[in-house]
Amino acid sequence: MNATQDEEIRLSMSEDDYFADTKKLSKRHALSKIWHVIFAASTLVGIVALTALLLNVFNNAFGYIALENSIQPEELAIDGVSIEEMSKENLVTILGDHVSKGLMRRFESGMTWEERSRENVYNLVLERVVDPKSVAQWTLYESLFKVNEIQQEMTEKYTEANLIFKSWITPSFITLPQSSNPLNAGVRTAILGSLWIIFISIVFSFPIGVGAAVYLQEYAKDSFVNRIIQTNINNLAGVPSIIYGILGLALFVRALNLITSGAVFGYTDPMTANGRTILSAGLTLGLLILPLIIINAQEAIKAVPNSLRQASYGMGATRWQTIWNHVLPSALPGILTGTILAISRAIGETAPLVVVGASTFITFDPDGPFSKFTTLPIQIYQWTARPQDVFRNIAAGAIIVLLILLLSMNAIAVLLRNKYSRRL
Amino acid sequence: MDLKKKRRIGESIIQGFLFLAAALSILVTIGIVYELGTEAMLFFTRKQWENTNKVITQSLEPGFTEFIVSESGATINEGDLVRLRSEEMLVVNVQDERLKVVRGAEDTEPVFHNEGTTLEKATQVTFLEFFGKTEWNPQIGKFGIWALVNATLMTSLIAITVALPVGLSVAIYLSEYASHRFRSILKPILEVLAGIPTVVYGYFALTFMTPLLRYIFGVDVVEIYNTASAGIVIGILIIPLVSSMSEDALSAVPNGLREASYGLGATKLETSLRVVVPSAISGIAAAFIVAISRAIGETMIVAIASGAGPNFTFNPFKAAETMTGHIVRISGGDLSYNSLDYNSIFAIGLLLFFMTLILNIFSHWIVKRFRKVY
Repeated sequence: MNATQDEEIRLSMSEDDYFADTKKLSKRHALSKIWHVIFAASTLVGIVALTALLLNVFNNAFGYIALENSIQPEELAIDGVSIEEMSKENLVTILGDHVSKGLMRRFESGMTWEERSRENVYNLVLERVVDPKSVAQWTLYESLFKVNEIQQEMTEKYTEANLIFKSWITPSFITLPQSSNPLNAGVRTAILGSLWIIFISIVFSFPIGVGAAVYLQEYAKDSFVNRIIQTNINNLAGVPSIIYGILGLALFVRALNLITSGAVFGYTDPMTANGRTILSAGLTLGLLILPLIIINAQEAIKAVPNSLRQASYGMGATRWQTIWNHVLPSALPGILTGTILAISRAIGETAPLVVVGASTFITFDPDGPFSKFTTLPIQIYQWTARPQDVFRNIAAGAIIVLLILLLSMNAIAVLLRNKYSRRL
Repeated sequence: MDLKKKRRIGESIIQGFLFLAAALSILVTIGIVYELGTEAMLFFTRKQWENTNKVITQSLEPGFTEFIVSESGATINEGDLVRLRSEEMLVVNVQDERLKVVRGAEDTEPVFHNEGTTLEKATQVTFLEFFGKTEWNPQIGKFGIWALVNATLMTSLIAITVALPVGLSVAIYLSEYASHRFRSILKPILEVLAGIPTVVYGYFALTFMTPLLRYIFGVDVVEIYNTASAGIVIGILIIPLVSSMSEDALSAVPNGLREASYGLGATKLETSLRVVVPSAISGIAAAFIVAISRAIGETMIVAIASGAGPNFTFNPFKAAETMTGHIVRISGGDLSYNSLDYNSIFAIGLLLFFMTLILNIFSHWIVKRFRKVY
């Protein structure tokens, strides 16, 4: 708007009107700018929440702990020889002096003292006799910025304890089985359980899901039955996961008890608790991710250009030949990506597995589809639900393992997609 | 040369299998409704025997239909089903402590009873009690679902109060204001947020949000387990859902509408709020409803952060167990298949299933009914 135009407008209206209008206009623009900032700020909420969540986890996964021994290692020294340099026989004697006879017998029935290495006995002494316990934990933030206060607290309250910096996530955390002592607990059982369950749910739901998607995209006419199926799949995707857990409890754990506990296959392990097995859990999660796989696969098949099909029919191929040789290979990257996203959903799923009957405490590795199970999220849930603070730290460690697992799954999805889409 | 269409058996078999794969989803739905339905029926028909703390004052011959019971204990009314050892009887008349009964009800055998045998009364969970009462305490036979539904509605309401304004603002910003580059940064972040397992959010609620709320509002006001913290974190969880569905709806509004609005001198805000958002309102409403449905079904966050124990309260800073939280807690232990607790899981589950199903169908209907096709 140049000066002469402005002048014309000013002449055409009374002075008051002109100023009132420009005032209103600038007000409107100001309002627009303010809301621009508000909208922009709201996008920060997501970023802030994600950052807070991650920082909170890391804050709990590392930090100082006050470690208190039941018996100081120095007190165990015999003739001035500390336990680190002691012979195996002396270590066995120390063990015998400090633990109950019953426990000694249990150690021996597992493996005789001759068979055990010195290293093994030494670890037993550390675990059972020295028996370190964490009496207080500090977060990473406190450990970095409030060292003085921590030291003061140590001298006041925990005079017997040693202050050490502990990372709750270590290589041994991943390789050790579950334990009631948080300092020795690991997530190996849980990781193996998760992998088994994912494997079973994929074997179950991938072929069925892709088959259903092929039928709905390539064969189904717009009939009443097919419309019902499609609507039904969309609705199933919105059913809360815990409902699938209840279905799994009634169907797999209870009604199909003979199959899921392995009894029909002659598998009679007294340890398997009536159908609450890896197989039941895997099938339950399989049903849960089935609609996701179908919907994703449908999208992928829909994206295959029609000219490809027509060229194939033109060459005299049958419908199935067209699908198998042309449609599915072109849609594969999309199908795989969708499947991997469904898997990452299944890995993080907790509620249905609690309902299906995940074990609260098992220390042995799952050895097949008919054994009891626990998974990584279940482990996190149980540790978080404990009242003692120290389990929060160890839960934070498990969360980092879970997030890394999920992140690598998604990375694989991206890699697969890139690899296949280049080839095609 | 035979030019007739050749019948290919193999092709038909394959098509049959593919149809079965698709039809399996129907079976899943039928399975859910059937299993939940039959077990929930058991919940409403199962008799529970409750000790009345009354004993019979004389021995009772098989042929007698009247007896006197001790004064103490619970009251017995006409029409109640009572039990002496294994024999069930229907009470037809009550006069003070004198009961007139029909012996051998429910196909049980009338037998001789000694003096001092305790009298038990049958209680049954009725629909009226289930949907009309606000106390849920299986130990003393109280099954009022409102204690659980109320907590579920509270967490969902808090969640949607957080997620709707934020999610919608994010959607408006992404679709109307943001540069291509900013979108390519923010969208993956939202996807990561949506992909984090809910148990991790539960941990976040308990170890971050609750201490934060207690710091802001005071330790005396906010309990360690509370619905506010769980609700806010569910809200954060469903922000990506609201924003991505709303953004899809906003992006589908044709540019012509925006240009026409600018042409009339509207500011960017006026265009966004008065032209684009109303045009996309069906999609936004659908997003809103799906988000509520998701919040109602959310389990791990409430199981960890909102408390273990049904509590009918409107105070968001108090502990209260939701429907999903209750299912997880009681199924976490070793549950006996023949208990009322086991059946109650299915009754709650069925209610939950229908609540979410109705919301989901409603959202589809809104999209279909009110969508403007440009």
